Amino acid sequence: MAKRIDVKDLDIYYGDFLAVKGVNMVIEPRAVTALIGPSGCGKSTFLRTLNRMHEVIPGARVSGEVRVDDQDLYAPGVDPVGVRRRVGMVFQRPNPFPTMSIYDNVVAGVKLNSTRMKKSEMDDLVEGSLKGANLWKEVKDRLDKPGSGLSGGQQQRLCIARTIAVKPDVVLMDEPCSALDPISTLAIEDLINELKSDYTIVIVTHNMQQAARVSDMTGFFNLKATGEPGHLVEYDDTQKIFSNPGQKATEDYISGRFG
Amino acid sequence: MSTTSADRPTTRETPRYGDRVFAGLATGAGVLILVVLAGVAGFLLWQALPALTAAPEDVRGGEGLFSYIYPLAFGTILTALIALVIATPLSVGIALFITHYAPRRIALALGYVVDLLAAVPSIIYGLWGVYVVAPASVPVATWLSQWLGFLPFFGPDPSASGRTTLVVGVVLAIMILPVMTAVNREVFLQTPTLHEEASLALGATRWEMIRMAVIPFGRSGVISGAMLGLGRALGETMAVAIILSVAAGVHLDIIGTANSGTIAADIALQFPESSGLDVNTLVASGLVLFFITLLVNMAARWIIARRAEFSGAN
Ligand SMILES: Nc1ncnc2c1ncn2[C@@H]1O[C@H](COP(=O)(O)OP(=O)(O)OP(=O)(O)O)[C@@H](O)[C@H]1O
Ligand SMILES: [Mg+2]
Repeated sequence: MAKRIDVKDLDIYYGDFLAVKGVNMVIEPRAVTALIGPSGCGKSTFLRTLNRMHEVIPGARVSGEVRVDDQDLYAPGVDPVGVRRRVGMVFQRPNPFPTMSIYDNVVAGVKLNSTRMKKSEMDDLVEGSLKGANLWKEVKDRLDKPGSGLSGGQQQRLCIARTIAVKPDVVLMDEPCSALDPISTLAIEDLINELKSDYTIVIVTHNMQQAARVSDMTGFFNLKATGEPGHLVEYDDTQKIFSNPGQKATEDYISGRFG
Repeated sequence: MSTTSADRPTTRETPRYGDRVFAGLATGAGVLILVVLAGVAGFLLWQALPALTAAPEDVRGGEGLFSYIYPLAFGTILTALIALVIATPLSVGIALFITHYAPRRIALALGYVVDLLAAVPSIIYGLWGVYVVAPASVPVATWLSQWLGFLPFFGPDPSASGRTTLVVGVVLAIMILPVMTAVNREVFLQTPTLHEEASLALGATRWEMIRMAVIPFGRSGVISGAMLGLGRALGETMAVAIILSVAAGVHLDIIGTANSGTIAADIALQFPESSGLDVNTLVASGLVLFFITLLVNMAARWIIARRAEFSGAN
């Protein structure tokens, strides 16, 4: 299932504004890749190009290539809807559908794929996905209650369950723990560790310790100056980035001597 | 800062004083509304009382108050329901198109056009109904009678003039379209981006996203909009009075020559030539209309409250 992502010369625009410039990186399958960098350097923007979510914003576009197992996501004729079914996304703020029960939230994406499913299969999928997201024990007795009635951390795990229920190749996470308390954060980090045996995971985080704890590879994005486009400064093993970075800017950022 | 001691009392006093004035005004306005409402209800009851206590044969129609009002109430609800059945999907569709499909320029233009519909006086709608919609409805009615004649709503001989309950329903639908579309547009615009993106990120198409995120979020708003429209349709007077060719009694057939009247139109048509007990009878029918509208609003609130747990509000 897990797939390699190959990004080549990617420029990302909002209208005429070049937000991110010249990204080249290979994201390994069955590994966690962390993206770090100062605010506004384009981490979210870059992440959203990996499943064509940035196209939702009017005027947003890219040039360059993003290959998932050698298929260019931006080749003509590729349907963004299909791309998003293979590359799932977890957002910064937990966003379960408020009008749906916990159960329906988990199967929301599966129902879109319009293949009719038996009730028993559906039940198994819900149980499997919630177990995969470490949420099953907490919600198994109230699957018919609204998802918005859960705590923030539970909601975020519900969103992860919803994302993995469609069995994507890649899971993207944009600061998934920034709205959570330390205990929920640890729960999500454990979960990320378990998920990486099955998925390619890319996570944006502002938390250096988190990047160091969960990721195998780390990419550091930076801005040369305000108004300049963001770019990928350095991309390497997390170990190397945090112990012996190749660039001065990376070292400054990681050690907090930034700006 | 030697001035602070002098400044402080005034800077503190002003907002408090303003607060108190505002609180007083707001309370006063609230009480005034209640007083007016109670006054209207009291007036209706008082004026209707003679008709409520009169002997059946003295009431217009000769069969008692209930027999007089019940067909009118039926006609009122039937025309309003037809309007609602037509206008609800239409307004939802237009609002979705404006908010989620149309390019901005077209969306703006369409929004203006729909809002303009609200500025057309109801007498104009009535004339339009008589001269345009009614003739145009005749072939449709013939078709309905031929192919859907097994339904009680479509009788065997459709009206040749087209001045039917169906046409009134259609005209009312156009009349309530602006307010319903405006409400729906507002609620659909308020769908949190968060939820729209959640469904898109799961691989939803635009329509699937609308079904997953926009419509469920806006449901209670759509219901409120429909109730606003229903209220307007129930009370509409001129357009109905001009268009409908009325016959006494209850008529389920919405395309025939005999149609049940509506309360508001009946009051408008009868009032100028009424006196004595007849006026009291009309007021009594007005009282019934008042209660129907009240019930509709309460039902709407109940529907919305029942779904509150799953609403987008939290
Ligand atoms: N919808 C948008 N329209 C126009 N410009 C945008 C939009 N979203 C982001 N940008 C711009 O793109 C650049 C990168 O923003 P982005 O949100 O990707 O930064 P980020 O690295 O995720 O920051 P943060 O750490 O604060 O989340 C910024 O200059 C921002 O102003
Ligand atoms: Mg961001």
